Amino acid sequence: MVKYILKRLGLAIIILLGVSLLIYMLTMAMPADYIDNRTAAAVQSGQMTPEDVLRLKELYGLADKSLPGILKGYASWFSNALQGDLGFSFLYGRPVTQVIKEYVWISFFISLIAYVIEIIIAIPMGIRAAVNQYSGYDYTVSVFSMMATALPSFFLAALLMNFFSINLGWFPLQGLTTATKIFHPSDKWGIFLDKAWHLVLPIITLTLLSIGGLMRYTRTNMLEVMNSDYIRTARAKGLPEKKVINKHAFRNTFIPLVTTLSGMLPGLFSGAMITETVFSIPGIGSMALRATLQGDIPFVMGYNMFLAILTVIGYLISDLMYAVVDPRVQISK
Amino acid sequence: MTDNIINLTNQHDLNSEVKKKTPVVQGEMARLEAEELAIQTAKNFRSISPARMVAKRFFRSRLSIVGLCIIIFVFIFSFLGPVIVDATWGYGETQVFKVPRQSQLLTTANFEGADGRKYVYYDRSISTVTTKAPPSADHWLGTDTNGLDIFVRLMYGGRISLTISFLTIFLQMILGTILGGIAGYYGGWVDQLIMRIVDIFACLPGMPILMILSAVLASIEEIPAEHRIYYLMGFLTLISWTGTARLVRGQLLSLREQEFMLAAETTGIKTSRKIFKHLIPNTVPQLIVSASLGLGQIILYESTLSYLGIGVPFPNAAWGSMIALADPSKGQEILAYYPNMWLPAGILIVMTVLAFSFVGDGLRDAFDPRQKK
Repeated sequence: MVKYILKRLGLAIIILLGVSLLIYMLTMAMPADYIDNRTAAAVQSGQMTPEDVLRLKELYGLADKSLPGILKGYASWFSNALQGDLGFSFLYGRPVTQVIKEYVWISFFISLIAYVIEIIIAIPMGIRAAVNQYSGYDYTVSVFSMMATALPSFFLAALLMNFFSINLGWFPLQGLTTATKIFHPSDKWGIFLDKAWHLVLPIITLTLLSIGGLMRYTRTNMLEVMNSDYIRTARAKGLPEKKVINKHAFRNTFIPLVTTLSGMLPGLFSGAMITETVFSIPGIGSMALRATLQGDIPFVMGYNMFLAILTVIGYLISDLMYAVVDPRVQISK
Repeated sequence: MTDNIINLTNQHDLNSEVKKKTPVVQGEMARLEAEELAIQTAKNFRSISPARMVAKRFFRSRLSIVGLCIIIFVFIFSFLGPVIVDATWGYGETQVFKVPRQSQLLTTANFEGADGRKYVYYDRSISTVTTKAPPSADHWLGTDTNGLDIFVRLMYGGRISLTISFLTIFLQMILGTILGGIAGYYGGWVDQLIMRIVDIFACLPGMPILMILSAVLASIEEIPAEHRIYYLMGFLTLISWTGTARLVRGQLLSLREQEFMLAAETTGIKTSRKIFKHLIPNTVPQLIVSASLGLGQIILYESTLSYLGIGVPFPNAAWGSMIALADPSKGQEILAYYPNMWLPAGILIVMTVLAFSFVGDGLRDAFDPRQKK
């Protein structure tokens, strides 16, 4: 087991090295417009010379765009990153790690709630659909889940906003707090409720976007289990159908579900770029979208690396869980 | 469905048995008997080619038929539509229409006068607006904020979406098949190397990378803005070929061990022939399924990029940028009062993506007789 984990970890490190090099080269190819735009006025009025601008770019490691220069820049970026320093964001005027740390929690909170709701709804529905295969219920669930995966996030958000905030007026349209209300700092409960009220629509959006995939996954796995021999045995020995499904079938469907769901956990930190932006929620996703559109190279680099690390950890967790959850899996290597 | 397969094999068995039992010496009687039997088998059993069997199974599912109909509709709408519009009305996606209409703005305000009485203040202004026309006989879905005909733009948007998605999926399949094929066939260190590259590419965050690349492309002046989306989709191919490669490799690993490959081996044919004649054709069903499911995903990617304003550039139409008009950050007016501007584009995206998944699902079931009754 220890050997297996070590091997997986080694692989993860190799993957991360490759990913970081690729991302670094891509981000370095981005135009350094941000510095140029910011300094254009100063250069015009003679407060800064073009040499100053160049020096500024050098300071950020953006001056040398030749291949050896990029590789050198990558080496220094990498050694800094190992010490937990991802550089300094132009747009937000603070260290990248600090920005990520500050805004990641709201994204995590939204995703976590969406994740829990998704599990509560999707798994029972997927199982019921599989048990009643080819029934009307099964077709409805299948079509619904496919529809949920076919929806673009911005369109779903627009639909929800049009219906719930504009026509019915139940929920606020955008933002995280009501600008016209003033809460006393000690009124923690009031502030919390206000924020929660603003987050209802984004959470519904995220839930609907990912629920379809989980539903179909549950259904497929349950169907596979239902067709296996031990289910026939359980039925043959005269167990009530309820027991067959709940005890024999469901518990085996749980194996792939647990591995996938636990692999999704790190991804909860990654933020939802489009959804957060549409609803103007100051999460890590909308911050990253703004930074990318404005060419804030250090932040873009740091955020993408953060995403890649989350993905790798996700794969690692689901690999390990697979070995832990299923006693039939034996790790020999 | 399995009945057909059994019938098919039965027929072959019968024929061969008949042939064995009919030596020349046994004379006319036996031959006639055999012919009779052959005619009877031909009457009772029908042999169907594999392709027709797949088609029959595909059309048995109602959802696949619905999906196919939607795809045909969207294709006619977006490829034939612009031609018809151009021929009858003679304009395209960038034609600006000025449809004048009266806009009445009534504002009221309550205030308390100096005399202590309450007053209601009415301000009524009438102005002429030439954009944002409501649906009419000339413009079926009205015009948008720039006075462009929405219905016609939907057609052009569909055309670019479909063209791009088919191009991308085609490239993706080719790249994935070649690399996955090499990895699966040769195994060993080649396999290790390619699969590690696959792992690295699979960990790249897709959408952020495309946004970075879009910024890079925008800085290269030689590339005209209209072509940028094609380059972006080329990069999407580079990111997303990994799924296909994994699929083909997995298939090849199991196919390599089967008897027919041993037979191919003993005939001593060239390696390239073994791969392209014997192995790759066996992965085609899976490839077709994953392609039809992938098409929808690419349409979603393209529309998201266009929504963010970094996909298809402005005067040209795209479904994503049409929905972007409803972005409440730019004012709630369109989101609240002009659903004709963004709703149809969204419905078309959902319909098209849904149709591709229906067809993909139907094909999967049709290709794999074990999964369904």
